[in-house]
Amino acid sequence: MEPFRTLTSRAVVLPRRDIDTDQIIPARFLKVTTRDGLGRWLFAGWRYDAQGTPVADFPLNDPQAAGARILIGGANFGCGSSREHAPWALVDHGFRAVISVSIADIFRNNAIKNGLLPAVVDEETHRVLLARPFGEVSVDLEAQEVSAPGVRARFSIDPFARRCLLDGTDELGFLLGQAPAIAAYEQARREEGA
Amino acid sequence: MERSERPARTLFDRIWEGHLVRPETPEAPAVLFVDLHLVHEVTSPQAFTVLRERGLRVRRPDLTLATMDHSTPTDPPGPAGEVEITDPQCRNQLEALERNCREFGIELHPLGADHQGIVHVIGPELGLTQPGRTVVCGDSHTSTHGAFGAFAFGIGTSEVGHVLATQCLLQRRPRTLEVRVHGRLGPCVTAKDLVLEIISRLGVSGGTGYVLEYSGEAIRALSMEARMTLCNMSIEAGARAGLVAPDDTTFEYLHGRPRAPKGPAWDAALARWRTLRTDPGAPFDAAVEIDASALEPTITFGTHPGMSAPVTGRVPQPERERDPAARRALEAALAYMGLRPGQQLEGHPIDVVFIGSCTNGRLSDLRAAASVLRGRRVATRVRTLVVPGSREVKRAAEAEGLHRVFLEAGAEWREPGCSMCIGMNGDQVGPGKSSVSTSNRNFEGRQGPGSRTFLASPLSAAAAAVAGALADPRGFVDGRPQGGR
Repeated sequence: MEPFRTLTSRAVVLPRRDIDTDQIIPARFLKVTTRDGLGRWLFAGWRYDAQGTPVADFPLNDPQAAGARILIGGANFGCGSSREHAPWALVDHGFRAVISVSIADIFRNNAIKNGLLPAVVDEETHRVLLARPFGEVSVDLEAQEVSAPGVRARFSIDPFARRCLLDGTDELGFLLGQAPAIAAYEQARREEGA
Repeated sequence: MERSERPARTLFDRIWEGHLVRPETPEAPAVLFVDLHLVHEVTSPQAFTVLRERGLRVRRPDLTLATMDHSTPTDPPGPAGEVEITDPQCRNQLEALERNCREFGIELHPLGADHQGIVHVIGPELGLTQPGRTVVCGDSHTSTHGAFGAFAFGIGTSEVGHVLATQCLLQRRPRTLEVRVHGRLGPCVTAKDLVLEIISRLGVSGGTGYVLEYSGEAIRALSMEARMTLCNMSIEAGARAGLVAPDDTTFEYLHGRPRAPKGPAWDAALARWRTLRTDPGAPFDAAVEIDASALEPTITFGTHPGMSAPVTGRVPQPERERDPAARRALEAALAYMGLRPGQQLEGHPIDVVFIGSCTNGRLSDLRAAASVLRGRRVATRVRTLVVPGSREVKRAAEAEGLHRVFLEAGAEWREPGCSMCIGMNGDQVGPGKSSVSTSNRNFEGRQGPGSRTFLASPLSAAAAAVAGALADPRGFVDGRPQGGR
């Protein structure tokens, strides 16, 4: 995984709150056995009409969204299903950070494992960012700061997740390193007869 | 004299502490041991690929169980019992699961097998979901298993890989929230109505970071299947998991199940399970109280499960919402659903009824639906699907003739699976059409592109099928004839 340090990019703004993972990637695109190429179906239900034509006023279809790597979402972003296809689709489309005032539990966990930074900011900062579609936003993970013209705010992230993103390491390696402790736990449970 | 009493602990504390391979520190989450890992075809293939790429094996195939549910057809089998999988992508996914289970030595209950079914229906049915266990699956509705006093939660595909390879997960300790439910549910008011009310009260993000423990008189009175419905939708409040402390209802349900302990092992397990409770006065991080007797049959009107009202009520007025974001969300939801502010819910016409899913696809749910449909006909323009949660549920329902009730009423009696809850197998509502569904999510397009979903109990769904419109089930089970257009 590519280490994440700083990122500066135009931001796509989706102000709706409670954007669920069924919107991020609808279930009909989950019938795959790989994780590649899901970006074209990102927000498919909102991005394309029934004939598959891009919906002009959906922010992702705006020419200014081209190359944007930061998504500002409404509160409770990523609620609903545990599908990791949601961060896969966001990353495949080019996003590296999602910023909101609150991010759903499983989505946040899944994002970190794919090098997608879930950054939770305070309400005032969120309000400012939501009001500036396609504005330039910077994220500094080492300093844990989000900034935009006239705004600088700290964001919260679990220290372990921050470390993993900064180093570009994955949690599986860490867990595999716990093998002796896991074996000891299993042995103790066997002795208990549980 | 030693009086080193331990501080009062919650049920969650007990399960959490018993599964710590390594406690958490500020720098690193806890390493938590997983007792039961359930696997299905949609969220596992990429995890097996990672195992293969890194040359890893499944650490504990004995604690892993796979089935097929999301991508499986539910059409009645052909004359030779043949099930045809027409969607090549679905077929590919099902074949991948078979290959992966064979290669990694995992027990699989494939399409057509005796115990095939929705992963959250078969775990309990087999007696694998047991009090005090940690249960995970690449599926958010894993919270269902919390009904047994198990700590059960959904994980992503990377974490499916973690559990396959190490039988462990990295977890921060969640906070705890007690949902105490006083009184008793009234006639035709079910666990589904109760959980919709709880989600409405907490909000769809109100449970984020918490494990909910459901307690109180109304919870004690619920059957195991009703408790599963309740815990199933804990995730819809954003919660990590839902829990009900085990009691005699739990033990009676488990006794004699194929994978439940037997003989002396049963007695030992029972002694252990009886200690799984929250001590009086144990501290929760938060609490809410609900009066069960005040509830009515409830239905969602919006595009997330927190937007619900009594079915006898009206669609709310967005202009009364003070918070602009909430107002915009409500306006967007009503526009999507084709509802007018202030309109009466009862009588709103519908096109499809879906009875099934991991929320309400068990035998008691089918019995409830049948109690309404017996001797009645579904409205002529309403397509009604009844989809048992598992092959075992299907067998049991047929043994008591429920399938005949459904077929005589004009409903479809189908093969088990997730079906129209998620629409991956082709069972979809249709663009612009409205369904009353006993499933768990009413998100935009959840039941297929353009679908409009009203979530309700099996009683309410069956009543809607007969009326051809949103309906109060209380008019259908107390003997009064009604509906049947």
